[in-house]
Amino acid sequence: MDVTFLLQLLINGLVVGSIYALVATGFVIIYKATSALNLAQGEFLMVGAYICLNLLSKHQIPFWQAILITFAFSALLGIVIERLILRPLIGSHLISVIMVTLGLSSVLKALIQLAYGTDTIPFPEVFPSAPVQIGPIPVSQGYLYAIGCVTVLVALLTTFFKYSKTGVAMRATASSQQVALSMGISVKKMFAISWAIAAIVSSVGGILLGTIRGGIDMSLSFMGLKVLPVVILGGLDSILGAIVGGVIIGILENLSGGYIDPMVGGGAKEVAPYVALILILMFKPYGLFGKKRIERV
Amino acid sequence: MRCGDFKTSYAADMTIFESNTARIMLGLFLCTLFTLPLYTPGYLLDIINRIGIAVIGAVGLNILTGFTGQISLGNAAFMAIGAFSNGYLAIRFGLPFYLCIPLAGLIAAFFGMFVGIPSLRIKGLYLAMATLAAHFIVEFIVTKWESVTGGVNGLSIPAPKLGSFEINSDARLFVLIFIIAVLAVLFAKNLFRTKAGKAFIAIRDQAISAEVMGVNLLKYKLLSFGISSFYVGVAGALISYQAKIISPETFPISVAIDYLGMIIIGGLGSILGSIYGAIFITLLPELLRMSTSALAHSYPDLVYKLAAMKELVFGLLVIIFLIFEPAGLAARWHSIKNYWKLYPFSH
Repeated sequence: MDVTFLLQLLINGLVVGSIYALVATGFVIIYKATSALNLAQGEFLMVGAYICLNLLSKHQIPFWQAILITFAFSALLGIVIERLILRPLIGSHLISVIMVTLGLSSVLKALIQLAYGTDTIPFPEVFPSAPVQIGPIPVSQGYLYAIGCVTVLVALLTTFFKYSKTGVAMRATASSQQVALSMGISVKKMFAISWAIAAIVSSVGGILLGTIRGGIDMSLSFMGLKVLPVVILGGLDSILGAIVGGVIIGILENLSGGYIDPMVGGGAKEVAPYVALILILMFKPYGLFGKKRIERV
Repeated sequence: MRCGDFKTSYAADMTIFESNTARIMLGLFLCTLFTLPLYTPGYLLDIINRIGIAVIGAVGLNILTGFTGQISLGNAAFMAIGAFSNGYLAIRFGLPFYLCIPLAGLIAAFFGMFVGIPSLRIKGLYLAMATLAAHFIVEFIVTKWESVTGGVNGLSIPAPKLGSFEINSDARLFVLIFIIAVLAVLFAKNLFRTKAGKAFIAIRDQAISAEVMGVNLLKYKLLSFGISSFYVGVAGALISYQAKIISPETFPISVAIDYLGMIIIGGLGSILGSIYGAIFITLLPELLRMSTSALAHSYPDLVYKLAAMKELVFGLLVIIFLIFEPAGLAARWHSIKNYWKLYPFSH
């Protein structure tokens, strides 16, 4: 077995996995706070990437400002969606919530397609492209930046949830809405903030993917479905689980892409996370870190 | 004059037709329906055929999702299983269509029940994810198992034959599709007057209470998966006859979402709603195409954006229906009917 090849796959997996982890974190934040399953997470990512691209290449805005504007836009998008679409559905049947996010993903996808078409659009180079040698293998600098960004972001989120007043209020809401309400926390506001954070976090994932791939197209939205095995593996209501799960699924995907794909002629990379999903559901349905729910009559 | 629904017996409550008028109206409707191929142009007939197939699929999905409360994102996969088994049976064994279609349905039902097994342990969104995963796995297998499915090239399906009579035109397919569709709807309508159907509804409304009342959850959930996948598989088999060439790309995940959209827009837990939804969603791209071709002079690039437009309108409709009319078109129709029934004394 070729060690360099294996290491290369592991590093690719780590990079992709860290982006999965980001998107999954957004997913988990929404699920924890509002118990809504957001199947439009991938579209958030895509919208973020396209907005940033637009700012960078059309309006020639410097990268950092472009990122800030993208964040602001994503946050606004998240809040508006929560207010207009999700809030009227609070308390309705699960299938309604799943379908409404599927409908939302259709709408967002269609809007992007109407605005930008289906062709791959090159993403401007943000990070220097010269590869760095780590031991025997060359690693693109973009990868390192991506991993760095994800680490910083996750650290920021952890601090936010642990120490800031809003973060604590959000955790209170997640653990019991009634108690949170009686403590004077505006649950509605927490819902809106959750959606805003999820959208921002996903947009970071989109921008990173854009810089790594060098171009973005409609296929970015598939990340939203890829993230499901991640959250199932990690546990639907655990941010730590989302991060660990993201990295595991990313590595699993790349390993099966590297070793199984040549045997079956492609496609294993895409399907491996879903096989994992089924296995996890069979043997450990609440994931690695998820809270077990015991049903009582 | 009837001024309300007054039902005095259980039988009256369970009856499908409230009055003889309803029976006669339905009879007239069916008679008119089956004369359609005589005077409908080919293109329109093709759309109507697709509506018929969509009705079968949507009714099937509604049995599982609307009536039993089990969310399934895997119906495109079951449809693919139905279509490819039908193709394989027809090409490899040369079976006639009247054996192929039910067998395809049974194979799909078998796979549906297999996917349904975890439904006892997992529910709600976990089930949605499991069925989604099943979709991608089936898609992978269908693409890779070339000896049976033809891989990415797909299968080309021979026209169904009854003796020496070839069902090769839209008009002949129409008869085949709509006979099956009418049977499917009738069966579904009657299903919910039986023990099994009521068990399904009990499971949807409150699974634990249902179990306490003596409903065997695993048995009836699996039965629901089976019946639903049978319907979807039959719809897939008919698609294979109608499209003539099927490939893995005929059944992407968006098909599953479209069907879910049909039962949401039509009405969850309503047979009539599934029909409305199927008609509506199948007609949607055609209506958009018509309206865009009318506007094509002033906005020439509108035609290229048709696919995106369809998706946009579809998504918006799903959202709007879920927020403003969660019970779907069926409920809307019901309230309109009631309004006029009591006009001008309704409130």
